[in-house]
Amino acid sequence: MTSSMLILIVALIGIFAYFAGRIRAAGSNGRTHSRPGYHGAYVALSALIPALALVLVWSIAAPIYINGKVHAALPSDLKSDPAIEALSFNSVVGISRGLETIPASEVAAARSGTKTWNEVLAAGNVPVAGDLRPEIISAAQSMNAMTESSRSTLAAIAVAVSLVGGFLGYRRVSARFRARNLVERVILVGLVLCSSIAILTTIGIVFSMLSEAVRFFAVVPPHQFFFGTVWDPRFAAAGSGGAGGQFGLIPLLAGTLYIAFVAMLFAVPVGLFSAIYMSEYASPKFRALAKPALEVLAGIPTIVYGFFALTAVGPFLRDLSSSLNHLVTGDASNFIQAQSVITAGIVMGIMLIPFVSSLSDDIITQVPRSLRDGSLGLGATRSETIKKVVLPAALPGIVGALLLTASRAVGETMIVVLAAGVAARLQLNPFEPMTTVTVKIVNQLTGDLEFTSPQTLVAFALGITLFAITLMLNIYALYIVRKYREQYE
Amino acid sequence: MNMIAETKLEPKQVQTMQNSFKMLGRNVTVHYGAKQALFDVNLAIRQNTVTALIGPSGCGKSTFLRCLNRMNDTIDNCRVGGEITLEGQDIYDPSIDVVELRARVGMVFQKPNPFPKSIYENVAYGPRIHGLARSKVDFDQIVETSLIKAGLWNEVKDRLHEAGTGLSGGQQQRLCIARAVAVSPEVILMDEPCSALDPIATAKVEELIHELRSNYTIVIVTHSMQQAARVSQRTAMFHLGQLVEENDTDKIFTNPDESRTQDYIMGRFG
Repeated sequence: MTSSMLILIVALIGIFAYFAGRIRAAGSNGRTHSRPGYHGAYVALSALIPALALVLVWSIAAPIYINGKVHAALPSDLKSDPAIEALSFNSVVGISRGLETIPASEVAAARSGTKTWNEVLAAGNVPVAGDLRPEIISAAQSMNAMTESSRSTLAAIAVAVSLVGGFLGYRRVSARFRARNLVERVILVGLVLCSSIAILTTIGIVFSMLSEAVRFFAVVPPHQFFFGTVWDPRFAAAGSGGAGGQFGLIPLLAGTLYIAFVAMLFAVPVGLFSAIYMSEYASPKFRALAKPALEVLAGIPTIVYGFFALTAVGPFLRDLSSSLNHLVTGDASNFIQAQSVITAGIVMGIMLIPFVSSLSDDIITQVPRSLRDGSLGLGATRSETIKKVVLPAALPGIVGALLLTASRAVGETMIVVLAAGVAARLQLNPFEPMTTVTVKIVNQLTGDLEFTSPQTLVAFALGITLFAITLMLNIYALYIVRKYREQYE
Repeated sequence: MNMIAETKLEPKQVQTMQNSFKMLGRNVTVHYGAKQALFDVNLAIRQNTVTALIGPSGCGKSTFLRCLNRMNDTIDNCRVGGEITLEGQDIYDPSIDVVELRARVGMVFQKPNPFPKSIYENVAYGPRIHGLARSKVDFDQIVETSLIKAGLWNEVKDRLHEAGTGLSGGQQQRLCIARAVAVSPEVILMDEPCSALDPIATAKVEELIHELRSNYTIVIVTHSMQQAARVSQRTAMFHLGQLVEENDTDKIFTNPDESRTQDYIMGRFG
């Protein structure tokens, strides 16, 4: 019996239990505490939850147990070397899977000796080593036998548990039984589980990055990483001491912050002023049209912005600088590179405008109308009201929104790859290329690699640093936004 | 100016009326979109008098009040017709600067709405935007006299630089009155100024309205008959967007001409 069949059967028992509970509750004398639906749901849950929990635990535990048995049964000469042991275990697993798909007649032929195992397995598309040892075959067969018996045992037990659970639940159904409260509690637990999945995943991500980062720091001392000013992971620089390269975070961090800063320089005024226009001046008709249009910008994949930078903004800035130079000095060489901090900054700024304007617009509209009326009623003009009452009232929220936007700018990758290049340089000229932490993470993790050398492990150290930066930005932003909310509620 | 013909008043008569009255609304109509909220209201506001506007909810009294300093301009799709004059000058005339009008006709709102600034800055806000004071001393003077006039000075003089939002509801409303007074308006409009206040705070605000009367013309919208009887000298009764009658408060509350007024005051509807 396959596990999907099993789950189907248990589900059918659950449906049956639901109707049984419903009917029993509806048939009981007098007014029941809970409506029949709750009784039905209670009976169904008591049939389903224990059985499904058992299936879940079993299907995690059984393979572990079986694998242990197979390992133990391997001939001792194969177990001497861990690498060989892993290899032969893998072939056991491969063959056991293959045996399930190969027709029984073929297997019988192999057993009786009319065909060799190699022929049979090869015909069944199972890759096998040239010298197939009989122990491997028998191990695979015993593995299949164990899996099969485990499956049927599970099926029997699960169906039994489900029936017993359903029966016990059914017996509890009575007029005074508080099925509603119990069902509500189960729903609550379900909701809590769902929300903890998101949190647990975050924690899991952090830990997986942390453990790899720790391995990196075992090879490269932290001070070289955090305070190093040279990023050159490929080749050992003279005198750097054989770590296989220099992993200085500073040039990347500087590039990240610099490009994010330029982006914010473009996005904040434009976004903020458009938010003010949208929330204070625009007619409802225009607003209904323009706001979604602006938010469409937020849905454009960042790689598309990257194209825009590469084909339009970058060349434009380069040509512009060359013409300017020609006008002023007569020398037509360009002082802005096509790939530069300013190209990436401008395009990233365009990407961020909808975030700034949409978030700020929400916050500005949250400022109570009564404050605007109060100011207008005193004879203040619209712009005075906005400048002196609305914006100061909304300021903490706007700062929070800007911090959230900044953390997006820090994490942005594709625009930078295409618009600012991949050269890790430490310099101040916005017309020259620079690169960011995220770009280098991509660089270090693309291609064929094994996760043992510092060249790849450094990506995790970079990742955790970036994570820490954006986490701090977000926490601070949320803190400010929350503080702001308390003012009006 | 065909309205004059409609109301059948001689130009000379109009002139006399406009001189004796602070504000005069003639044939005032208001539409919110397609819905008409006010029908040909003719109402005079006398100088240094408290005029109470009463009537059941939705009768148009707040709408009329908000016409008096053109606060209805801030509401989309609101159209005002007819003529409203302030000392003989049409306030809906294109030549009128609405900012200047609102400096002359101040407003206190239903819910206390102090700005999220210090008490001092709340009061100094109006003078600042209108450039009424130059030096710090002038500002201090205006803030102090306004707060004294609003009867709040003694309670807040030691904490002028704390947030205005930290005051109690009644104090906040008096702060809003001080804020309106600081601009030295001629008329103060109050839109149910006590509806969010407890009885003690209400009593203080009513006392304040009494005192303000000597210097300002006050128009107050209220739902409380007792409040109208206590604070006002003239009362106007609105119903379904129409002015039912307007007369001395004593007369309205003891012997109204209209049965609808009688019914409303006796609590038979509204």
